[in-house]
Amino acid sequence: MTSVETGASVALTQLYLAMARIRAFEAKAMDLFAEKYIRGSVHPYTGEEAVAVGVCAALRPEDYITSTHRGHGHCIAKGLELRPMMAEITGRATGYCRGRGGSMHITAMRHGMLGADAIVAGSLAMAAGAAYGLQLQGKDAVVVAFFGDGGAQQGIFHEAANLAAVLDAPVIFVCENNQWAISTPISCAIRIENIADRAAGYGFPGEVVDGNDVLAVRDVAARAVERARRGEGPTLIEAKTYRITPHSAATPTDNRAPDELSYWRERDPIVRFGRELVEAGHASPERLEELDRQAGEEVEDAAEWALASPYPDAAAAEEDVYAPADWLTPGRLA
Amino acid sequence: MSTVATRELTMADALNEALREEMQRDPTIFVIGEDIARHGGLFRVTAGLLDEFGPRRVIDSPISEAAITGAGVGGALIGCRPVVELQISDFVSLAMDQLVNHGAKWRYMSGGQVSVPLVVRGPISNGIGMAAQHSQTLEAWFVHAPGLVVIMPSTAADAKGLLKSAIRDDNPVVFLEKRLLYSRKGEVPDGEHLVPIGVADVKREGRDVTIVAAGASVQLSLQAARQLAREGVEVEVVDPRTLKPLDIDAIAESVARTGRLVVVNEGARAGGFASEVVARTLDHVPLSEFKATPERVTAKDTPIPYATPLEREVLPSLEGVVSAVTRVMQG
Repeated sequence: MTSVETGASVALTQLYLAMARIRAFEAKAMDLFAEKYIRGSVHPYTGEEAVAVGVCAALRPEDYITSTHRGHGHCIAKGLELRPMMAEITGRATGYCRGRGGSMHITAMRHGMLGADAIVAGSLAMAAGAAYGLQLQGKDAVVVAFFGDGGAQQGIFHEAANLAAVLDAPVIFVCENNQWAISTPISCAIRIENIADRAAGYGFPGEVVDGNDVLAVRDVAARAVERARRGEGPTLIEAKTYRITPHSAATPTDNRAPDELSYWRERDPIVRFGRELVEAGHASPERLEELDRQAGEEVEDAAEWALASPYPDAAAAEEDVYAPADWLTPGRLA
Repeated sequence: MSTVATRELTMADALNEALREEMQRDPTIFVIGEDIARHGGLFRVTAGLLDEFGPRRVIDSPISEAAITGAGVGGALIGCRPVVELQISDFVSLAMDQLVNHGAKWRYMSGGQVSVPLVVRGPISNGIGMAAQHSQTLEAWFVHAPGLVVIMPSTAADAKGLLKSAIRDDNPVVFLEKRLLYSRKGEVPDGEHLVPIGVADVKREGRDVTIVAAGASVQLSLQAARQLAREGVEVEVVDPRTLKPLDIDAIAESVARTGRLVVVNEGARAGGFASEVVARTLDHVPLSEFKATPERVTAKDTPIPYATPLEREVLPSLEGVVSAVTRVMQG
């Protein structure tokens, strides 16, 4: 720990650490998939870290988020612990969801994580309803719904945005425009430059932000969050970013042009923010290396802990289909 | 002999009373749907609620079945008890992803961290010439989705008592109301009236044949039972009232006694709820106790047609129920 860090520097280096954690977590998850400790798939958030970390920096612990199939970054940014996250995606009983959800379905209510949703744009109406329900109960918490550029073409996006508008629901729709839906470029999916422009069609603000600039994302999110808390309704934020790894561990083929990939690798949000921190005197290069090392160690610890954890008891497979009820007696359901 | 005082109410009024009473006792309940506030619902089930509870809790929604269902799921996750009205229950096809992929699964996928105390209710609108997109009986879809509770009441009293139980239940409930029954009157007990989920009701006792029927099929079956009684055949009509969970003990007890089973159901025949009842009964009643092969009286496997003779041909009929009973009586 360097002794020269001011309060502001500490806050900024924490953002760097959160991004480094996500980067290290995804690298480890890809390794664990290759080693067959992870079933199904992993959809790494690599290259998009500034969006989740910037947005969540504008939230309070009691605020909620919803996430997507590419959800590890949102979880880490919202403050979930790495050990039960890693345990969940390796299918262990000690995972956040006791091994029921896996990589695409981490829920952690005690951290305000309403759930990751593997139906593209599927969580947007839920987020609007949760936000409305919080307001109805007199709470001033807000809900952030993360989704991708692909999700902006789903019907539920339009329905949820419009419903949130007429309800003045305190929800922030954060569209992570990483420009590719698996192998389909955004140019094949939409005929407009900015998805954020669609907000005008619902009657609330839409803002475009550089999704690889963590501080710019934080500032845009903070404005949207304050607006929502004041009861002025939703905002659509479009964060332009890029995933610099393939779509998923299970689909490693990548048809994107090498030039395009290298263009975006040069705009890596973590490298960029690190450079800014050094230039502004908030951290030394050595301090950043220390943070990178810390992130790696935390992830290694989480993986070790997860792999030492037991698998769920098979008998638990039929638990929690239903919430407790008087009628929940054997033989009545099937 | 019962000493509980009753009043005569239509099923629509009974449902309205259930909503009103529950909204009075629980401020986390909000009702959302198309034309439910200012208009009071196309079939008046939510009439007067806007005046009593205001526009924050009684919400006229845009025509967005998926979004209002999803919003109901989201509201339920953070401690509200939303009631979503689908103006016509067929429109659930627009909301199935929100209902089945989200509402029904969120508790399980989260490892039990959350519950989804949501009611999605709407009318089954067949029998009146509304044609194929407004006349389906889709309970089998919901019974097939782990995590959902499915309720289909046949009387005003059951409708009130079950809707109150559905709202209080911590699980997502699909509540199917028969449009033709909305105006049908029945005796409803005064005061707090709750009907437990998962408990069947024997609507008519009889020694010869068990008919299992829910919703509008109960009335059809009772009509058949009265006709058959004149010929000396005593039909027992068991109304499960909730299709999931199913009171299989009550059904099995009746069938074990009569040895004959007819299931009446307005859904399409293939993969239908009638087939499920027959299969489930066979799990509980030894084949040797059956005096005849179980019969299913269902809708035909067609979309519901418009013209009167066509719709009558496709839906279960009085003659169809009577002849099914006659067949099982002949063994």
